[in-house]
Amino acid sequence: MAHEYENHAPMTMRMETPMPYEWSIGKYGSRFFQEIREKNQFIGIRCPGCGKVYIPPRRVCGPCFKELDELVELPNQGAITAFSIVNYPFIDPNTGIQRPIPYTYGYIRIDGADNIFSHIIDETDENKIKVGMRVRAVFKEKDAMQGHINDIKHFEIVD
Amino acid sequence: MPQRVAIVGTGQTDHKSHRPDVNQREMINEAVVRALEDCEMTIRDIDAIIIGNMDHFESINYVDTWSVEGSGGVMKPIMKITTGGTTGASVAIAAYYHVASGLFDKVLAIGWEKNSESDTTAAIVTCSDPVWDRFSYSGAIPSLASEASAYMEQYGATQHDAARVAVRDRKNAMNNPHAHLRKPVTIEDVMASPMLAYPVKLGDVCPRTDGACAVVLAADGIAQKVTPRPAWFVASAVRHTYTWFGDSTDYDQGLVSLKNASREAYQKAGIRNPADELDVAELYLPYTYAGLKYIEALDFCAPGHGPRFVADGHTEIDGKIPVNPSGGVISTNCIGATALLRVAEAAIQIMGKGGKRQVHGANLALATGFGGCFWSDVVLLCGDRP
Repeated sequence: MAHEYENHAPMTMRMETPMPYEWSIGKYGSRFFQEIREKNQFIGIRCPGCGKVYIPPRRVCGPCFKELDELVELPNQGAITAFSIVNYPFIDPNTGIQRPIPYTYGYIRIDGADNIFSHIIDETDENKIKVGMRVRAVFKEKDAMQGHINDIKHFEIVD
Repeated sequence: MPQRVAIVGTGQTDHKSHRPDVNQREMINEAVVRALEDCEMTIRDIDAIIIGNMDHFESINYVDTWSVEGSGGVMKPIMKITTGGTTGASVAIAAYYHVASGLFDKVLAIGWEKNSESDTTAAIVTCSDPVWDRFSYSGAIPSLASEASAYMEQYGATQHDAARVAVRDRKNAMNNPHAHLRKPVTIEDVMASPMLAYPVKLGDVCPRTDGACAVVLAADGIAQKVTPRPAWFVASAVRHTYTWFGDSTDYDQGLVSLKNASREAYQKAGIRNPADELDVAELYLPYTYAGLKYIEALDFCAPGHGPRFVADGHTEIDGKIPVNPSGGVISTNCIGATALLRVAEAAIQIMGKGGKRQVHGANLALATGFGGCFWSDVVLLCGDRP
């Protein structure tokens, strides 16, 4: 019996079913999206313990383990602290389809913030982008905003 | 006082990019059988099992329950530990805690992954915050590439410097019969490979591997009877830094979690000059630039000196501190098993079972685990009972 199957290739089974989720953004996170929609303005939050200003705003400072409530206005610009130009295909779990490439993934230190904000930078030529360059947020039109991180379309280099 | 604990047996699969010949349980079983054979135990000797893999990678939850026929966990205490890239080291550390506690004497630790069964990057992206980070995050490679871009800017390191790490690890893999990529590369090969995410090229990164690893831990009094030269736990440490990607990406400070974890382990072990005192290091270096930067966090050399330290040959198999005689992560990356392979390979060195990859006289070995959001696990093993 066994020998009859020896030359059969091992088989696999495929699944391509999307699974929906709905995530809570939280008190200050929701406020962040409201501020950019109403005023095209970033807000952060200051820790009463260490004095650090975080963006996006959240309720707890991890190192101090303290509750935060002092919202602070921040400018919509900062400097690139690190970046990479993504140039390989992969499935975006947010959409179930391949994310468009190339695009530039950037870590941005917003002026007045002590942590770093991650987003997309509108420059995919490695000769035209450098750590330290100044960037500014570009927003969607107000009516198109949905309380989503891509209400900020991208950051653009202003150097 | 906790019980003293040693690794007494290890087993691993022969790692490949795709193993359609076995399902997940069967692949896990291969590693478990080999680990038990290595220490001449049977599954009946095992008191408890810790198992782990990456969340979302195979889209099956509760590996602790569904894998029991492969792991040997039928009607035994078994639990799952999943901590991302560090999973394998966390599994080893949790097994160590189990034995050290005195509640169990013989514990089996298992890490495994069938990377071929999902889109690895899509699965990794699910580790990021869905509201803030997932939109721009694109998995391990650009996250590491960003770190590399900042490191190059800070210290003037080059793509050429990084390529030397791939040359070393891939050369070492030639001596490891279990390694996935067993073909040496040159600096020119790495430099000419496709750019995946600037400045990281295909030749700079780990492969996607199907594979499993299992390790048997035993308490003092049993360990010496099971094997002539157990690999004793001297210290372990775990450090997590932040929630969102931007929270502590203070690149100027180096890899803070690894620095902090290794300092704790060195202190426990009385190590002052790691590069001189350690005999071998199996490091979770998922890409070449880590081979420059992370050895600085481990205090093998001063900040910014990683490129020179590697170029001078100090991390070669016959150097001051041999790094990754197994070929490391750049040669084999079955992610949930990867950090356990570091621990197993460190134990293999101490037990003197390294064959062609053996570092002569290895007695004190460091193993590390690294996780996607820049967190770290550290394990120190020694041939001398602590």
